[in-house]
Amino acid sequence: MSVKSFPIEFSHIMMFARAVGDDNPIYHDPDYAKATEVGSVIAPPTFPQAVAQFDSDYPLRPKPGKPWFGSGGSPTGVKPGQGGGGGNGGGLHAEQHFEYHRHLKPGDVLTATVKPGATWEKEGKRSGKLIFSESITEYRDQAGELVITARGVGVRTERPVEQA
Amino acid sequence: MALKASDLKVGDTHSERLVEDLKRTQLVMYAGASGDYNPLHTDEIFTTKVAGYPAVFAHGMLTMGMTGRMLTNYVGDGRLTKYGVRFTSQVWPGDTLDSTATVEKVSEEGGVKLVDLSVATVNQNSVVVLSGYAQARVD
Repeated sequence: MSVKSFPIEFSHIMMFARAVGDDNPIYHDPDYAKATEVGSVIAPPTFPQAVAQFDSDYPLRPKPGKPWFGSGGSPTGVKPGQGGGGGNGGGLHAEQHFEYHRHLKPGDVLTATVKPGATWEKEGKRSGKLIFSESITEYRDQAGELVITARGVGVRTERPVEQA
Repeated sequence: MALKASDLKVGDTHSERLVEDLKRTQLVMYAGASGDYNPLHTDEIFTTKVAGYPAVFAHGMLTMGMTGRMLTNYVGDGRLTKYGVRFTSQVWPGDTLDSTATVEKVSEEGGVKLVDLSVATVNQNSVVVLSGYAQARVD
């Protein structure tokens, strides 16, 4: 994946903060934010993940006219593509790491460049063979400065994770 | 409010309840905001009949996002320099999550004062669902 334009927008930050149950005014009240140390609305720490909205090929978003593996009136039988869910549904998120060089604010326009990292395997007790794969995303701002480095690890399981 | 290095001791903790009786609607909100529309998080028919799980379950990143709220409430806005986690167990609708940050180290690098924290989020059965670390600038 590479995303040429990830605009950081006020309403998107507000909705993201709501979704994680965070009513801190730094995420939705410009007047409040102006008087704080950061001086403006900023994005919550895990907001870079919302880059998925700006990835035209993102596999976990239904697209008009294309098959989708989620159910309609009943299961569709469509197989999940790359990046689809655990067990019969594909991969799960195992780890996520962020390094912040500065925090994002509305008006920033980022680019995201993704490099594949290591892959490794492990035998899991509850889900059979586990295949881990790492990817590193560099987010740069409109001035070309590195603002956030993200490292994600996904895992594909042989079967659904057994419940204890 | 930022933390003061001189007030911090190794072993100090900050805890918050992240969510009580997690609702499916919150998973829908997170899907919409993040853009991760994996049906495992919102489509009960797909998740139970096709993927073989007992119910839809939370995005790992929702747990990381809620845990991030505990961290920013503790260290202050715009103060985090690092935040990383492993997702150690799934989070289900109905779960109640509590999260704790523990001071591991207070240091100074090139005139910048930093605190290193370990982070753990547990469910109502004391199962660790997320474990990780964070680092923040302090005064």
